[in-house]
Amino acid sequence: MLPGIPTYAYVGLSAVLFAMGVIGVLTRRNAITIFMSIELMLNSANLVFVAYARQYASMNGQVFVFFVMVVAAAEVAIGLALIVAIFRSKRSIDVDALRQLNG
Amino acid sequence: MFALVPLIVLFPLAGVVVNALFGRQLGAIRSAWLAVTMAALAFIVGLIQLGGLLGNGGEAVIVPVATWLSVGDLHVDWAFQVDALSVTMMLVVTGVGTLIHVYAVGYMREDVVHNGDPARYTRFFIFLNLFLAMMLILVGADGYAMLFVGWEGVGLSSYLLIGFWFEKGENNIGNTRAGMKAFIVNRVGDLGLMIAMALLFWNFGSLTYREVFENIEHALADPAALAILAAVGVLFLVGAAGKSAQFPLFVWLPDAMAGPTPVSALIHAATMVTAGVYLIARSNPIYHATADAYGFSPSDLVAWTGALTALIAATIAVAQNDIKKVLAYSTISQLGFMVAAAGMGAYVAAIFHLVTHAFFKALLFLGSGSVIQAMERGMHAAEDGHHGHVDPQDMRAMGGLWNRLPITKWTYLVGALALAGLPPLAGFWSKDEILLDAAEHFPAIYAVLAFTAVLTAFYVGRQLVMVFSGEPRTSAAAHAEESPAVMTGPLVALAVLSVLGGVLNLPKFGEHDPATWVHGLRNFLATALPVEGHGLIEANVAFPSAAFAFLALMFAYFFYRNAYRSAHDQDPLEGLGGLYRALSKKWYLDDLYDFFIVRPYETMAQVIARGFDQGGIDLVANSLGDLAREIAVGFSGFQRGLVRAYALVMFLGVVALLAWFQLAGPR
Repeated sequence: MLPGIPTYAYVGLSAVLFAMGVIGVLTRRNAITIFMSIELMLNSANLVFVAYARQYASMNGQVFVFFVMVVAAAEVAIGLALIVAIFRSKRSIDVDALRQLNG
Repeated sequence: MFALVPLIVLFPLAGVVVNALFGRQLGAIRSAWLAVTMAALAFIVGLIQLGGLLGNGGEAVIVPVATWLSVGDLHVDWAFQVDALSVTMMLVVTGVGTLIHVYAVGYMREDVVHNGDPARYTRFFIFLNLFLAMMLILVGADGYAMLFVGWEGVGLSSYLLIGFWFEKGENNIGNTRAGMKAFIVNRVGDLGLMIAMALLFWNFGSLTYREVFENIEHALADPAALAILAAVGVLFLVGAAGKSAQFPLFVWLPDAMAGPTPVSALIHAATMVTAGVYLIARSNPIYHATADAYGFSPSDLVAWTGALTALIAATIAVAQNDIKKVLAYSTISQLGFMVAAAGMGAYVAAIFHLVTHAFFKALLFLGSGSVIQAMERGMHAAEDGHHGHVDPQDMRAMGGLWNRLPITKWTYLVGALALAGLPPLAGFWSKDEILLDAAEHFPAIYAVLAFTAVLTAFYVGRQLVMVFSGEPRTSAAAHAEESPAVMTGPLVALAVLSVLGGVLNLPKFGEHDPATWVHGLRNFLATALPVEGHGLIEANVAFPSAAFAFLALMFAYFFYRNAYRSAHDQDPLEGLGGLYRALSKKWYLDDLYDFFIVRPYETMAQVIARGFDQGGIDLVANSLGDLAREIAVGFSGFQRGLVRAYALVMFLGVVALLAWFQLAGPR
């Protein structure tokens, strides 16, 4: 096993990244920024997978990262399509403006 | 031949169904004549049954059709009993019924125009045929269960037809109220009938005439059984009092005059109201069994109820101003005669009077309808504007119609004289039979009925004078026009029957009279009803009754000849003051009912409706609904549409879930 950065550092970094992603999703009004924050959360999860994959010398974690990336890509495709459609009808991508489904 | 008898009900029912489904396609005229045809076909079936009975010596025949109920010990069939009594009733119902159907074709044509709804023409004939079917079920039944079906059915048809113009009448609801009154008062009588039927089934094991009367034969020695039979007899009287308008349940019949005149003629004169008389006559073994067991037996009660009703109604008729109301009270009075005869054991006399009364009372009602429509035509022709509008049924507005209505006047005169009991018209012979039986066995009732007969002649004369003689008192009467042939035809037919109807049952004029057609009806009915008496004409009874009837008519003529000069004159009888007021207010019977029964009931209904139903039950139900809504509104606070709030809640939920898993969840 190669010496190097201890696993807890990776996990810590991932936690920080995740927290930043969460704050971004909850706080930002721009839809694209929210998507970027979601990507950040997904990638922080990827980091944890890889870190533990290296610690236990198992390929499972690395393979799972591929799955996550595929899902993230698909989600972004659909999400951006949605944003374009919303923009076409509302001329704005401020999520606070999307409140017709209330009651 | 006897197997055809179910058709007598099926023909009118077919008329109902065809007219109900295809009435619009057939059109008014064809559907009306279809109804007439069905009635005529039923009459022909009745004639066939008559032929069959004459052929087999009058022996009763039961024609089963289908099983109705088979529950435990109760087994009831749909079956017809063809015997002399039921065939007599069938012929009267279908014969007079057909004539009235024909009349109605013409009468309703003007009536629907007068009341503004020509589309309702077919509905009238549907109801009329329905009535015919139900009445024939009633008289053709082989037992009390099927009779009851017909009994209720005619009550329903009566309600439908009285309230035919349901949006008309006092306060636009008067006709409906009259229909409801008829139904509700009838219901009181029906309760008596139902209890009697239950008693009969419980104690004698069956509801068919044949079985019940057989079982009664076996129970004659048992005082407990006799007590039950006495109760049944009294309860049958209650039922008859409701349906045949006897005291104190006659109050619905005058109000029923709100229906069109053919309805009054058919249902409230000739047929439905005779159902009570039929019931008592049919149940004669019950009355016979209890006749000697008690001092005042059920049949005595029946006789006195009839006699008193006859008297009370005749007194009220004297003070009425509406042409149909006079006839209504007259009907109640004559029904009293029939019921009294049945109570005295003179069943043949009762049925004979039923038949002749059907002829001349239907004639009088149809004639009054002709007079009323003549007045309506007069109102149109006069075109006096607002001044010309009078109540076409008020006799005070008539007068002088003798010169304007050539056919109606003669037929009405014949009917009126028959009602008054003038020989040789039909009414004299039938009324005389009743008086004869009363004079021989029940002298007190004879006195009451004889006095009533005098009053009858008086109010008949009063009506004739007020309507036909003198000068027209309003422009409507001055311009009155005769009715078309489709209406006057049945009038003439019924007039002929009223003249010749006595031939059905002429008494013997001496022991040596061998003519076979004498006492035709009595001999025919002897196979179904007990007959008594010698059948000779009794000069001590016949001569005074004819003489008094004639004198009363003359008296009425001279008394009223010059009494009414204008439509607003007072009746000369108003000189009697309080008595006259009591008579015109029907001895305050309606007011008593209103005060003691109707008002408390309506108050109680209001209290329950407002306080209990609206205040209580609705309050609880509405509160539950409001509560649900409040909760929902509260929860909808979560759904404000703000995307970031949703995201926050999701995030907090995930955190909570993870924390739970970590700290206290499954491994």
